[in-house]
Amino acid sequence: MNRINRLFRQKEKNILSIYFTAGYPGLNDTMEIITCLDKAGVDMIEIGMPFSDPVADGPVIQGSSEKALKNGMTLSLLFNQLKEVRKRTDIPLLLMGYFNPIFKYGVEKVLETCNKTGIDGTIIPDLPVEEYTDQYEKLFTANGIINTFLITPQSSETRIRYLDSISKGFLYVVSTSATTGIKKSFESSHLEYFSKLNEMGLRSPRLTGFGISGKGTFDQACLYSEGAIIGSAFVRVLEDKGSLHENIRKFINTFR
Amino acid sequence: MNKTFISDSRGYYGQYGGAFIPEMLRENVESLRQVYYNIIGSEEFITEFKMLLGDYAGRPSPLFHARRLSEKYGAKIYLKREDLNHTGSHKINNTIGQILLAKKMGKTRIIAETGAGQHGVATATVCALMGLECVVYMGELDMARQEPNVKRMEMLGATVVPATCGNKTLKDATNEALRDWICNPEDTFYIIGSVVGPHPYPDLVSKFQSVISEELLTQLSAKEGTEDPDYIIACVGGGSNAAGIFYKYIDRKNVKLIGVEAAGKGVDTGETAATISVGEPGIIHGSKTLLMQNDDGQITEPYSISAGLDYPGVGPLHAWLADTGRCTYLNVTDKEALIAAYELTRLEGIIPALESAHAIAVLGKLELKPADIVVINISGRGDKDMQTYINAKGSLI
Repeated sequence: MNRINRLFRQKEKNILSIYFTAGYPGLNDTMEIITCLDKAGVDMIEIGMPFSDPVADGPVIQGSSEKALKNGMTLSLLFNQLKEVRKRTDIPLLLMGYFNPIFKYGVEKVLETCNKTGIDGTIIPDLPVEEYTDQYEKLFTANGIINTFLITPQSSETRIRYLDSISKGFLYVVSTSATTGIKKSFESSHLEYFSKLNEMGLRSPRLTGFGISGKGTFDQACLYSEGAIIGSAFVRVLEDKGSLHENIRKFINTFR
Repeated sequence: MNKTFISDSRGYYGQYGGAFIPEMLRENVESLRQVYYNIIGSEEFITEFKMLLGDYAGRPSPLFHARRLSEKYGAKIYLKREDLNHTGSHKINNTIGQILLAKKMGKTRIIAETGAGQHGVATATVCALMGLECVVYMGELDMARQEPNVKRMEMLGATVVPATCGNKTLKDATNEALRDWICNPEDTFYIIGSVVGPHPYPDLVSKFQSVISEELLTQLSAKEGTEDPDYIIACVGGGSNAAGIFYKYIDRKNVKLIGVEAAGKGVDTGETAATISVGEPGIIHGSKTLLMQNDDGQITEPYSISAGLDYPGVGPLHAWLADTGRCTYLNVTDKEALIAAYELTRLEGIIPALESAHAIAVLGKLELKPADIVVINISGRGDKDMQTYINAKGSLI
């Protein structure tokens, strides 16, 4: 069974998924960050593939992507760094990033390498669902890689039901109309949207992301979905002085 | 209507086009597509669009027989004078069309990206006309090199927001505009300035710009007794003025269509914006097209002296016209464009925009015969480029 499906079977509440940009803060920090997150007890990890033009991202992830690319991160280098990852951890791993580097590398080659490496899924914000189903779904299935679909406050009910019906893992609930970033709290309109989703009786589990900053927003999101995703707030912690290991442990502990 | 030029229902021209947008923009783009298809053929829309093109923008733009330029290059050369439009370029054709769509959709806030500032000015202008809020994203470098246009936009009531990432040029301004749109999906309409971006933008921008070739058919016919010139030449950044003047001629295979890209310091120098020469298929700003990128699929920074051509992608229809061989894409360097700008100014008394100067500079690279009829699209006027022209003068003349 794919590790993503296994996770949602074993755990139904308070799932914590963490995003970080590979190649940041240091080019070769990838494995250490994964190991630390695993030890700190997070449930899932999204490994960001940096891109030169991240249009769906706010300033924090734009910054980490730019630095990662300056450091020399590439998709092939990332796969190289991840070669031994399954000897170290059994946590569900997803690659997250924009479509062009994947397209350039070759979609089939990326998926085959994901399969060999032990990557379980992808999140590719600018690969439209229709392109995925028409062109690439078979390749994903053949390699056992789960692609993740986003739903947003603008998504119609028909659209949400459609995405739910074709989802093989979880639905990524984009919390607000915004690029990635940090919010202090959710407003009532966000909560209305969360509870509307909750009442729809969808078959797929949901993780809420965009704007989750700390325990407050995490707990709020968890009231309405199986868990939440933290990106920018975590990436910011990586800049802090001190050891990566300590900083990561402390940050994750704030959610307990 | 010539069918080959119109993309399929999903916005594809051959293998290029589509709508590679995050789900956050899907409802927006989808509702734009529906409104566009519903009203583009409606009499109400056509009447208002044509009225504004005529009474407000000053169309039709003249077709001028450039006698001294013709003499120099040994062919009969006509200039399509888009520089004489209100706001000084072809960009107004498109912004009038899109502002009408925005109003139809009940949007109250307009955003745009701009390189040379011509599209920004044309957007700020129609926003003033319609009383809508306007925010224009412009690369910080472009704000410095096209300062007169920044002042014009501000006088028109627009807020000009500097894009400070990357090379601080058109690509970065477009990223910021897309982020703004993601954050403001309800009230905001994004007026894209070229035949780029997700479907339906390439289709609708080229259709709004097609008025250029529609006029050319009758103007040339009146002057020459034929609708068809031997050559049509236009500069290509994203490619909207070229799309407009090529549009009605796509199926007339006897007309040679020449697009001219900015070579910058030379296509082999790494400092270039000649996407069709050096680009490879990929995805940029919502569209699958040719783009300048490295082996890892990271978009590389373009370079051109001309802010309007300084873009690492190209409209998907141009990528397709290049692939199929229907159009020929050449390129000229900064220096060749500057020389051409001075040449047109001294021979015909017309100071062209730096972008349009690229189209003129290609004349010397064609093997023209005395009987050849050549039409060059003078997409904009050179007021905004005076500082660059003055700086270059010493080294050129």
